[in-house]
Order: sequence, then structure tokens, then C-alpha cells
Amino acid sequence: MAQAQRSLAPEDVELLARLAPAAPTAYHRLNPLTKATAAAGVTLAAIVLGGYVVPVALLIGVVLPSAAAAGVLRRVARLSLAASAPILVSVVLVSVFTRAGTTVLFEIGPFDATLEGVDFAARITLRLVVVAMALVLFGLTTDPRSLVADLERRGVAPRLTFAIAAALEAVPAMVERTRAVAAAQRARGLDTEGSVGARLRGIRPLAGPVVLSAFAEVEERSLALEARGFGRPGHREPLWTPTDSPGQRAARWFVVAGVAAALAAVLVAQAAGVLAGLP
Amino acid sequence: MLELRGVSYRYPGAARPSIEGISLAIASGEVVGLTGANDAGKSTLCLVAAGLAPASIGGELTGDVLVDGASVRALRPNELAGHAGIVFQDPGTQRSGVTGSVFEEVAFGPVNLGWPVAESVAATRQALRALGIEDLAERHPARLSGGQAHLVAIASILAMRPGVLILDEPTAQLDPEATGQVIGALKAIVAGGTSILIAEHRTDVLAILCTRVATLKGGRVVADGPTVRMLADAAPADGAPQ
Repeated sequence: MAQAQRSLAPEDVELLARLAPAAPTAYHRLNPLTKATAAAGVTLAAIVLGGYVVPVALLIGVVLPSAAAAGVLRRVARLSLAASAPILVSVVLVSVFTRAGTTVLFEIGPFDATLEGVDFAARITLRLVVVAMALVLFGLTTDPRSLVADLERRGVAPRLTFAIAAALEAVPAMVERTRAVAAAQRARGLDTEGSVGARLRGIRPLAGPVVLSAFAEVEERSLALEARGFGRPGHREPLWTPTDSPGQRAARWFVVAGVAAALAAVLVAQAAGVLAGLP
Repeated sequence: MLELRGVSYRYPGAARPSIEGISLAIASGEVVGLTGANDAGKSTLCLVAAGLAPASIGGELTGDVLVDGASVRALRPNELAGHAGIVFQDPGTQRSGVTGSVFEEVAFGPVNLGWPVAESVAATRQALRALGIEDLAERHPARLSGGQAHLVAIASILAMRPGVLILDEPTAQLDPEATGQVIGALKAIVAGGTSILIAEHRTDVLAILCTRVATLKGGRVVADGPTVRMLADAAPADGAPQ
């Protein structure tokens, strides 16, 4: 663009600051990659190291304080339990009653609940809860637009970041479209709120138009994106980017190094058979 | 300036061209209207003029389209973005879907073009001002009325400062008040020297905006002339309103 270089006026700086996603707490204001690294680190450590000590330490030392600092402790607890409950129930039932063991705690019909099964179920439950809470905490404190802007700033291809953002933003759009199609089909006599059978019969007349209209929109939308220079290769300067700091960069590398070291230690210990007796 | 020289275009897989032998020139600051029945080829002509057909959707183009003297054949659609901009009939499909405010939505084009932040901001402010929608800057682009969404769609293209603006039935889904908003905004844009090609069914809109009107039928231009004469020729004999 053959234009003289401009600088941002103070009112522009204020406006761009307001356009960035709201960040009510210091935890929200952390760089998205820092929060993603923390969530990934907790997840990997909980899964790989397992047992009781590490997941409990991560929960008490990292996840709960972070969620409390972000003011989302109750929501994190509620959402993560709701999200993991179906898996937890099946894991607990299968583990407690089908896992072989020598100490039988009680019997239900042909099934024995063993101490070994309860121990295994407790370990799995602990891991799942820690992982779910870490991921929910990341989701609740990170606006998808921030994550995408940060990835793009770090050199990730705009097409990939757009795909991520569009996928995240597409969910509410699809819900809205489904509502509109459902209203249109109800106006033509389709029963979408009756018995289970009626609802099941209503899925096809709803899903067809929703999917077809989404496909029909794709072509015009891709043309519109081209017309707005989206396919242009090369550098872009976003209007705003999430903040980052040397301290956060150091913290991310510390987490990566810590998890890598833990993974290496586990591999070595497993090779040496050391972990067999740990809680 | 936009010029079409003997342009014919056939969609991929189609047996015959959707538009044929079209020659049309639009000077700087001129507004040319396209009329014709449904399927006459208006939308196809818009896509060809914007350089999207065949570059983005395939098909076969003969003749040539020149934007500011350069053939669109030599340019990719994203390279044309700063020269010829197209606004589609449905502003919903034009929305990027990844922005949280009207300001960011309008700035999406300039950012894609790699402009420095200060330039993107200045162009966005200018486009919003030109369309009289500065007060929408911090609203979410998905939560606008039909008229507002159309104005934002036009601003999104205008922010890239194209010399030619192509509009495909911009008032088709609008009520009279919103139509008035769009017309007012387009008049302001033309006053700034932008050329406009507008496909439109509504003769009242064409009468207000256009200096010239071309009528398409079966993919061919069957009449082209000053708006007053063209609309008088097209008026029903019984005087029924259009």
C-alpha cells in the first residue's frame, strides 16, 4: 500500500484495547499459550505419572489455586464433573467389579468388588478429574479469538488459524441455524417436541436442511473471503495481540522441560522396574 | 474504472454460457445498474467483474475484464481485492465469522492485505464514517439488523479502498428504511469517486443511484442507456408500480 506510515492516535489505542476480549483477572490476562501450556502440562503429567500423589499435588498446587485466582472455581468444578461424569461412572463400574483382585470387599450377584478394583478406579477417577478441570479452566479463561490471534502472531498460517476460529465460532451459528430450520419445519406440522419417537422421526427433516444449507453457504462464503484478500500470502498485522512477557516465556519452557523430564524419568523407571511399588 | 470486453462465461459443467458477449465500461465515479429477470445472468456478471469467476470457482471465460486498466486474468482474486470489491446479496455469508466486533469485521480485509495496523484502523474508521455506522463499531457483527448488516458488509469492502464496487442486489432483503440507509451510503461513496456496478431489481433504487442502466436477458445485454430512458422504456404500459 503506497501510503505514508501513520501512527495510532490515542483514541485508536483505546479502541483496540476495548476490542480485545475481556480479561477480568490476572489469570485471564495470561498469554493463551501460557494457559495452554499449563493445561497440557497438567494433563500430560497426570496421565503419564498417574498414581495418587502427582494428580493430587497438581490439583491442590496448580489447578484449584489457578481456578480460584480466575474466579471460576465453582464453574470449573461443575463443568468438569458434568463433562467427565459419564466416563467416570462407566470406568468405576467396570474397574470395581471386573478387575481381578485378591481382597473382596463385597459382592453384588455374580460380581465381586475388589480392593484392587476400587484402587484402580480411584486412580483413574483422580486423573480424569484433574485433566477435565485443567482443560475446562483453559476453556473458561481463554477467548478463542485470543488463542487464534496469538497463534497467528507466532507464524501459524492464517488459513489454519481461521479454520480453528471458524470451527469454534461455528457451533453457535449451527445452533441458530438449527433453531430456524426447526421453527420452519414445525410451521409445516413437524412434531419436534412430542414423544421420544416423534423427536427421533423429526431428526431427518431437521438435519437435512441444516447440513445442506451449511454446504450451500460454504461456496459463497469462500468467495467472499477471497474478495476480502483472505487468500493473500504473506505477513499480516493484527489489530491487537494478547500480551506476553519474558517471565511467561520462561514459565512455559520450565513446564515443557519439567514434563519432558518427568516423561523421561518414567520411561527410565519403567525400564528399571522401579515404579512398580509406588503409590 | 471497470471494463468488460466481449465477455462470455460458462460455469464448470454447464452446457452453455451464463453470460455471452458482454461489453460494458464504467468510468470513475459512475454508477451503472444491471437489471433483468431472475437467471438473466446478473449475479454471474458480478462474479466475473469482481474477478472471482473463473479464478475461484472455475469455468471458462472468454473476452477480458479490465480493472483500472489491468486484466483480471493476470491477477488472483486476493490481489484484486484492493481494486474491485464485491458485496453479496446475503451479508450473513459475507461475514468472516471470526471477529467479535464490527470494527474488526470491517478491518478484516485491510488486515488480510497486510496493511500496517495504523493504516487498517484509519481505513476502517473512514469506511464506517462513509456509511454512517461509526456507532456500530463495538457491536458484535452477528447481532445487527438486516440494514445494519448490509451497511457493515459494504463498509467491509470499502475499507480496502477499491476503485470499483460491485453490489449484487444490495437491497433485496431490506425494508424501506434500511434501503434508504444503503442508498444514502452509496451516494456518499460515489461522491468520493468510486465506480459502482449494481445488480438490482428495484427500479426506484436504480432511478436514485444510477447514471446508466443495462438490461440483461438470457445472459446478454439487450439494452444499455441513460437511467431515465431505460426505466421509462421498461415501465409497464398500465402504469402499475414496479
